[in-house]
Amino acid sequence: MTHGGSGGLVVDAEVRRGSFTLEVSLAAAPGQVLGLLGPNGAGKSTLLSAVAGLTPVSAGRITLASTVFDDAEQGTFVEASGRPIGFVFQNYRLFPHMSVAENVAFSPRARGQGKQAARSAASYWVDRLRLTDLADRKPGQLSGGQAQRVALARALAGQPSLLLLDEPLSALDAGTRLDVQAELKRHLSDFAGPCLLVTHDPLEALVLADQMVVLEGGRIVQEGTPALIARQPGTDYVAKLVGLNLYAGRADDDTVALAEGGTFVIPDHGQHGDVFVAVRPSAIVVSTQPPLPSSARNTWQAKISGLTLLADRVRLDLDGQPPALVDVTPAAVAELSLDPGSQVWLTVKATDLEVYPHNGAQAS
Amino acid sequence: MVMRSLRPAGPSRLTARERARRAARGGASRSVPAPLLVPALIAILFLLLPLAGLLIRAPWGRLGAALSGTDATQALTLSLWTATVSTAISLVIGVPLAWVLARSSFPGQRLLRALVTLPLVLPPVVGGVALLLAFSRTGIVGRYLDSWFGLTIPFTPLAVVMAETFVAMPFLIITVEGAFRSADQGFEEAAATLGAKRLTVFRRITLPMVAPSLGAGAVLCWARALGEFGATITFAGSFPGQTETMPIAVYYALENDPDAAIALSLVLLVVSVAVLVSLRDQWLRGSPA
Repeated sequence: MTHGGSGGLVVDAEVRRGSFTLEVSLAAAPGQVLGLLGPNGAGKSTLLSAVAGLTPVSAGRITLASTVFDDAEQGTFVEASGRPIGFVFQNYRLFPHMSVAENVAFSPRARGQGKQAARSAASYWVDRLRLTDLADRKPGQLSGGQAQRVALARALAGQPSLLLLDEPLSALDAGTRLDVQAELKRHLSDFAGPCLLVTHDPLEALVLADQMVVLEGGRIVQEGTPALIARQPGTDYVAKLVGLNLYAGRADDDTVALAEGGTFVIPDHGQHGDVFVAVRPSAIVVSTQPPLPSSARNTWQAKISGLTLLADRVRLDLDGQPPALVDVTPAAVAELSLDPGSQVWLTVKATDLEVYPHNGAQAS
Repeated sequence: MVMRSLRPAGPSRLTARERARRAARGGASRSVPAPLLVPALIAILFLLLPLAGLLIRAPWGRLGAALSGTDATQALTLSLWTATVSTAISLVIGVPLAWVLARSSFPGQRLLRALVTLPLVLPPVVGGVALLLAFSRTGIVGRYLDSWFGLTIPFTPLAVVMAETFVAMPFLIITVEGAFRSADQGFEEAAATLGAKRLTVFRRITLPMVAPSLGAGAVLCWARALGEFGATITFAGSFPGQTETMPIAVYYALENDPDAAIALSLVLLVVSVAVLVSLRDQWLRGSPA
């Protein structure tokens, strides 16, 4: 498993919450943004909660640099208030009875600075996050993007050594999200300590995270750079998020026998054993007649089971061996009269197939 | 058996005004069936007639004279300050207890909550007797207070404060406990991650967030203390200027000077209405904040 350098966060722990068990081993180096991606109930928030000290671990330990936060065997536990963390919650949890400036001054004050020092620390962060004009407002009078900046300022004002962000952009509408994301990116790159970023948006992860961990059912199912995970997803969940067709199968030189039925011809790189095959929905060609012989090596028959209009294209849901999602233009749908129930032929070039080994991760 | 034919009710009259109302707000008939209307009217009469009687019988022309013939000022002053001190004491010791009941867990907690709120349903005179048994010169605590400090509590203004606190504090406790229980603990978690210890969280987050309920509980507590009669007269007696509060003054005035009793009652009625007005946002709109 991964190992953190000095000053980094190392989590090697099990957290039990009712019948749910989270079992993870991960590390985040100083200055690194580690993205945690996974479906609801995967344990992302539980992990943040354990690192923050809001939930104790049931086994194992959590350390930051040389400080032990939590060690179930030793019985060591640092309360949340004693950990040098900044936590940006999903819905921000700004204190409704305090002004923006008071919210931001809360942490310096709580961590022992005098009123005056806390106020000037707060005003530095208020200015830094362009909140100067809003300093006297109450959280109820802020827009979503403004509230997000206040939450970040409040977390950073306490001079944390570790930053925890729980879906920091999920409460924003699509319009403001990109702006806030760009700004968040800047502040995260200025932050010297490790940062854990929970998200279920692969695009957000691509932009903000340096390394990714995919969690499902309380376990880590894939690790790697965001780009690698987006290109070679290890689970159906991630494949769906990034919009790829994902097939598990067994490679044998230039063919892959797919678990769901069917065979793909692939470029021969001498691969053997369990592999994943990822295919972009736009790489697959749809024909209403059996296609003539061509250089494309993979052709199979399928039946349209559904059509969804996306922004500029139509996504076809196809039953066949294997099933597939295919993107075509609305004009193609009209000219070929593609309806649910239509029989079609699918074609994909071997070179458009991304084949990579299984790595022990499972496509559920 | 003769089957009666089932027939829908025939047409009835609908006034133009009622048509307009139903068209604007929607909904079916708003008329109240007689079996509900009659008891409801009786209840209204029962509640309002005595108050109307008080207003009708009031010696409006000689109100000042009627009041000056009594120790009204003295009694009112005593009532106001004892009720205020009781409320202050209740805030200082009752709010922490409400927090303990709402937020911590220990064996016997449910039993403790039941016991603490017992004075809500206990006849106040029983409370007075209990206080007397505990704090009188021969009482289980009072005997030591007397022999060690020379402190005698019964039949002093201190006894008035204690009787009122005993009866009124549970009103504050249950109001505030409910607020502590339902307050969003996410904010407290956020405060903890920002470095705030438990007491700081309580002082700067929890308390300000339950402030509306705290205010409502305090007003309710104060009003209950102001009206306290049974426990006070049992434990503190009725010495004019010392322990004779307004309700007790009213009770005694009724025997010798009914006009004065009415005038004193009017004063308490005015205070009560003022309390109700100050609470209207909290209580009269259904659920408290």
